[in-house]
Amino acid sequence: MADLSMTYPKERSETTTSRVSGWWRSSRSRLTPYLFIAPNLLLFSVFVFFPLLYAAYISVHQWSLIDAPEFVGAQNYTRLLTDGQFWQSLTNTVIYSAATVPTSLILGLFLAMGLNRKLATRTLLRSLYFLPVVVSSVATAVIAAWLFNDNYGVINALLKQVGIGPVSWLSSPRWALPSIILTTLWVRIGFCMVVYLAALQSISPSYYEAAVIDGATRPQQFRFVTWPLLRPTTFLLLILNVIYSFQVFDLIFVMTGGGPGFSTTMIVQYIYQAAFASSEMGYASAMGMVLFMLILLFTLIQWRINRRTEQFV
Amino acid sequence: MVTTTSPARQRLETWGLWLLLAAGAVVMFFPIYWMFATAVRPRDQIFSGAVNLLPTGWVWSNFTDALGRMPFLDWTWNSIVISVAAVVITVSLNLLCGYAFAKFRFAGRDILFIGVLSALMIPIQVIIVPLFLVVADMGLLNNYWGVILPRAAEAFGIFMVRQFMVSIPDELLEAARLDGASELTIFLKVVLPLSKPIIAVLIIFTFMWRWNDFVLPLVILTDQEMYTVQLGLNLLKGQYNTEWTDIMAIALLSLAPMLVIFVFFQRQLIQGIAGTGLK
Repeated sequence: MADLSMTYPKERSETTTSRVSGWWRSSRSRLTPYLFIAPNLLLFSVFVFFPLLYAAYISVHQWSLIDAPEFVGAQNYTRLLTDGQFWQSLTNTVIYSAATVPTSLILGLFLAMGLNRKLATRTLLRSLYFLPVVVSSVATAVIAAWLFNDNYGVINALLKQVGIGPVSWLSSPRWALPSIILTTLWVRIGFCMVVYLAALQSISPSYYEAAVIDGATRPQQFRFVTWPLLRPTTFLLLILNVIYSFQVFDLIFVMTGGGPGFSTTMIVQYIYQAAFASSEMGYASAMGMVLFMLILLFTLIQWRINRRTEQFV
Repeated sequence: MVTTTSPARQRLETWGLWLLLAAGAVVMFFPIYWMFATAVRPRDQIFSGAVNLLPTGWVWSNFTDALGRMPFLDWTWNSIVISVAAVVITVSLNLLCGYAFAKFRFAGRDILFIGVLSALMIPIQVIIVPLFLVVADMGLLNNYWGVILPRAAEAFGIFMVRQFMVSIPDELLEAARLDGASELTIFLKVVLPLSKPIIAVLIIFTFMWRWNDFVLPLVILTDQEMYTVQLGLNLLKGQYNTEWTDIMAIALLSLAPMLVIFVFFQRQLIQGIAGTGLK
C-alpha cells in the first residue's frame, strides 16, 4: 500500500499526482496511529472488554454450561446476600488485606529508608529483600507449605528448640491465615521497598539541608519533608497492594486450597470454585461483578481522598 | 537525611541499623536457601525430625530422580514456548501502541488511553468465566494460543512504553518525515533504537509474568501434557504422598530462569517496578 502513490503513471500531470498523493499521504498519516493501536485494541476488546460485558450478562442468568442460560434477574445477586460462605470469604479477604497492606507498606518504607543510607553491603541487602519478587506464587506457596509443615517443617523444629509448639500452622483454622499473611509479607515487602527507594532517591537533598538549618530534628525531617513528599508513592502503593490483596489466588490455592474448612477461602477462590467445581457460571459471574465493583469503588474513594488532601498540602 | 548528632553515636546507630537489616535479610533469604538445602538432602533425613540448618549431604541425584519421576522437561518446554511467544507478541504490540499514544495526536486518543488504563483495573478473576468460554468457543482449550492470546495485550506495558517515548524529541521524527521516511520506517529505524532500555524492561517483565502465570493456564490447560511448569508444581504439591525432596528440586528448577534474570537483569527489574511508582 505504501508504494501506491509512487507507481502513478508518469504521463499524469504533476499537479494531479501531487494532489492525489498529498491526499493519500495526509489521510494515511491520520490513519497511522489507529493502525498502530489496532492490534491491541482488538485483543483488549475480545479478551477483556467483551468478557466483562459477557460476565454482566451471565451474572443475571442461571447457567451450568450444559443447557441454555436461563434468565433469573437479580437472583444471583440477592443470593449473595444470604450466602454465609460468600460473607465468610469476603471477611477473610478484608482481614487478609487489612493485615498485609499496611504492614508491607510500613516495613517497605522502613527498609527503603534504612537501605537508602550509606551502609556496608547495602546493594546485597537490597537484593536479598527484593529477591522474592521474581519467585512465582506457586513456588512461594510450595516452599511456604514446606516451611510451615506441621510435622517436619523447619519452623516448628526451630520453635521446638525454644520450647514452643508444635503449632498446627496449615492444618488449623486458627493459624492457616496467619501463615498465609506471613508468606504474603515475604513477597510484598521487597516490592514496596523498591518503589519507596526510587521515590526517596528522587527527593532533592536540599530539602533536608533547609530543614536542618531550620533546626528540624530527624523525626521532624521525616514528618515534614519525607512523608509529605512520599505521599503520591504511598497512595499508589496502597492502591496496588489493595488490588493485589483482593485478587490473591495462586498463593492460597496452592498453599491451603482455601482450607482447612473455609478458613482461608478468599472471594476470588470462591468465584473459581463456583465456576469450575460447582458449574454455577451465573453465580460465579455475579460474584465477579461484585468484586470488580468493590475494587472500582475503593480506587475511586482513594482517588477522592487523595485529591482532597492534596489541595491542603 | 542530614543529622546533627555526634559522630560516635551516629556510628553506633549505623551499626545497629545494619545488624537489624542484615538479620532481616537472612530471614528473607532463608526460604530460598531452605528449598535448596532440602533439594540436596538425603531423602531419609527429611522425616527424621532433627533440625540441621546446614546441608547434611549433597545428593545431586535427587534432581535426576525427580526429573525421572515426572515430565518436568515437557512442562518446561510448554512454559518456554508460551513465554517466548508471549514476549515476541506482547512486546511488539506494546511498542506500537505506546508509540501511537506518545507521539501522535488523533481523535479519541485520550478516551482510548483511559480505556487501556481501565483494563489494568479489571482483575482476570472477574472475567475468568467468560474468558474461559471465549477461549473454548475459539477451540483453543489445551492449546498454547489459548493462554498466549488473552494476555497478549498488556495494559501495563503500553503505559510504560508511552511514558518512555513521550520524552523522544519530536524534531527527530519530523526530520525523518521530511526525508520522506514512511511511518513504519520511522518507528523501526528511529524510535526503536532509542527505546532499547524500555524494550529490555518489557522483555524481562513479560517473560516473568508469563512464566509465573497460574490462573489462566489452570483454567485453559487441563490436559497434563499441556501443563506449564507452574501447573506441574501445583500438581506435585497436591499429591497425597508428598516427597519433599522431589518438590523442592522441581521448585528450584522452575525458579532457575527467574534466578538467572534476577542476577543479570536486576537493574531492569528495579527500573520497571520503580517506574510504576514514579510515573
